[in-house]
Amino acid sequence: MSKGIAITGMGIISAIGNNVAENFQSLMEGKKGISKISKIETIHKDDIMVGEVAYTNSELVDLLGLSTENNYSRTGLLGAIAAKEAVANAGIKDMKAYKTGLISATSVGGMDMTEKYFYDYLENDTNRRYIESHHAGDSTQKIAEQLGIDNSLITTISTACSSAANAIMLGARLIKAGQLDRVIVGGADCMSKFTINGFKTLMILSDTYNTPFDENRKGLNLGEAAAFLVLESEAIVKAENKTVLGYVKGYGNANDAFHQTASSDHGDGATLAMEKALEVAGFTAKDIDYINAHGTATGNNDLSEGRAIIRVFGDSPPEFSSTKAYTGHTLAAAGAIEAIYSVLALQNNVIFPNLNFKTQMKEFNITPQLEAKEKRIQSVMSNSFGFGGNCSTVIFSKEQ
Amino acid sequence: MKKVYINSISSITAQKTFDNSEFLDEVIIHEDQVIFAVEPVYKDYIPPAAARRMAKGIKMGVVASKLALQEAGLEQVDAIITGTGMGCLRDSEKFLSGIIDNDEQFLTPTSFIQSTHNTVGGQIALELQCKGYNFTYVHGSNSFESTLLDAKLQLELDEAQNILIGGVDELGDYTTKLNKIIHHIKDEKTNSNNLLDSKTKGTVFGEGANFFVVSNKKQDTSYAEVVSVEMYNTLSQNDVAKTALNFLKENNLTVEAIDAIILGNNGDVEFDGYYNELTSTAFSNTQQVCYKNLIGEFFTASPFGLWIASKILKTQTIPEALKRNHLGTASFKNILLYNQYRGENHSFTLLKTC
Repeated sequence: MSKGIAITGMGIISAIGNNVAENFQSLMEGKKGISKISKIETIHKDDIMVGEVAYTNSELVDLLGLSTENNYSRTGLLGAIAAKEAVANAGIKDMKAYKTGLISATSVGGMDMTEKYFYDYLENDTNRRYIESHHAGDSTQKIAEQLGIDNSLITTISTACSSAANAIMLGARLIKAGQLDRVIVGGADCMSKFTINGFKTLMILSDTYNTPFDENRKGLNLGEAAAFLVLESEAIVKAENKTVLGYVKGYGNANDAFHQTASSDHGDGATLAMEKALEVAGFTAKDIDYINAHGTATGNNDLSEGRAIIRVFGDSPPEFSSTKAYTGHTLAAAGAIEAIYSVLALQNNVIFPNLNFKTQMKEFNITPQLEAKEKRIQSVMSNSFGFGGNCSTVIFSKEQ
Repeated sequence: MKKVYINSISSITAQKTFDNSEFLDEVIIHEDQVIFAVEPVYKDYIPPAAARRMAKGIKMGVVASKLALQEAGLEQVDAIITGTGMGCLRDSEKFLSGIIDNDEQFLTPTSFIQSTHNTVGGQIALELQCKGYNFTYVHGSNSFESTLLDAKLQLELDEAQNILIGGVDELGDYTTKLNKIIHHIKDEKTNSNNLLDSKTKGTVFGEGANFFVVSNKKQDTSYAEVVSVEMYNTLSQNDVAKTALNFLKENNLTVEAIDAIILGNNGDVEFDGYYNELTSTAFSNTQQVCYKNLIGEFFTASPFGLWIASKILKTQTIPEALKRNHLGTASFKNILLYNQYRGENHSFTLLKTC
């Protein structure tokens, strides 16, 4: 059993709030952030519901104090806001005092600007500065700049919808290996026409509020968000007498090796990821008090994940819920969004409800937690699964 | 901690590198601003029906990974870690232009599915039925170096014994146009022989896939030991030499111990200064090796440098086409690699004979 890595700061911006406090309040009040799309002009606007961040780009630019000539994609803007909150929350005054890195995750990258100006770029030079902010690593470079992280180890992970969970995993491993003393980990993805149409062609977008683990689920709502956590070594925590919000206790990544976009019927990859995470934590299934499920509300995911949960936990798993009904599916950011929700569950000894559930799935008997519930929570498991068969599980714990 | 070895290498680039029995025996001289990969016969490796659905980058990645596994004599690995700067660019362009041209109608999912950055890693896992760890890094010119660092961490701690790593990027026609209008691609055609001294802005773009099996088990056929890899998101030109020397010092080496330095010069007058900082000072008496004039620049061009380093250490020779200076160094034990793109995402990698 290895020691957990301390989480000392968190920051988030999502459809249910612009910071950690607002997100927590919405979670407790059962307040969804899902609505008709308002910030992107799309012919699908009447057929889909999404989770949008309230701020417009120009409001985000003002909040960050950027010049109007900046070339930040919305992914970069959202990421910078959340990462700054995390760093402030961790009480970091001097970024250079320790060897600090940044691991971010994104799937969309700068696609929002590319799709806006794709043909226009050739016609006039007004927006050409965005051409070089298209690639996925650019938003991470921008976030690093905003945080004052230079001459440092920073990288970007893109494994579709498990990306940010993998960023957390890598960050914890880098601290364990002594490569870094401190690392800011998380992910950001903005809404884009590209993903809306992509998921639309896959026919997995719901035309109404998504209903995770419900028999009659119709698919997912896309969301946009960013979330970051600060991980610090034991030495820093001791030297600075830091408040620890929780520990990254276990993690596992596995590949389903079944299909490019669909999960296997019995969740082989998901099962392996959960088992690996338990092993790294030195836990057995009974040590988990709450599972924050991936629960996208697609037919395929919820069945496959539910079966995998039963394979790992038996027919009576701990309380589980998906928070995607609040935020929508925030793709590469989801693992970090739900990591923060997991830590909030630990801190407040509360399980967030799985909203919109009406009908029990017929394939199994496990039912998500439907009401907010107070419970002494020692450890939380968070699942994130993505295209390419990518399956990730992270375990958060109160104790190191 | 266990040591980390490169047990096999494979490369598809704008040179005929996929035949690993050769070491740039014949060099193709390119003239254009954009140079394409010399492709192997895909049907020797991928069933034609499957190949038809795959864009070039996926095909290059899948074949390069197979060649690497074949050479390592492995049918399975413990983990697959890929790097790509731009992802599956052709599918992204195709899906996006479809959205715009047809006002979001009549779209099919194939190009969207394949546009995901981890498509190559997922495809390889699917084909090998490899259920192990599977990551994809997308961090500009440090996309591949991230895979190397990640694999090294796992191998050193014996969390895995054999890991397939690789970098892949493909050229996309529209993105090429965009890189021309912002002059990241040179305005003028440039011959491979003149690129590195061209003194103009921008570079020549290329594409390719370079894969490796790295392992903590040394074989008779192993190429090299990976001693260290370090990445920096930013670095000022004034600090490059100092950082390189510090990197060597951390590994208990001095400049004199380095038998060759492999550099990522791409002939861009605005950014080659970083490399000149090393070649004109600390490493002026070291054998200098450059390669981007032969394969073009792309975010995962740097693993071709690792391919070259591996070849040099194993064969103890350097093809003339790669030599930037002529020192007559006869034996090669330690090789340093340095790469960056447009002044960002710098990496230092140290290999030695094993």
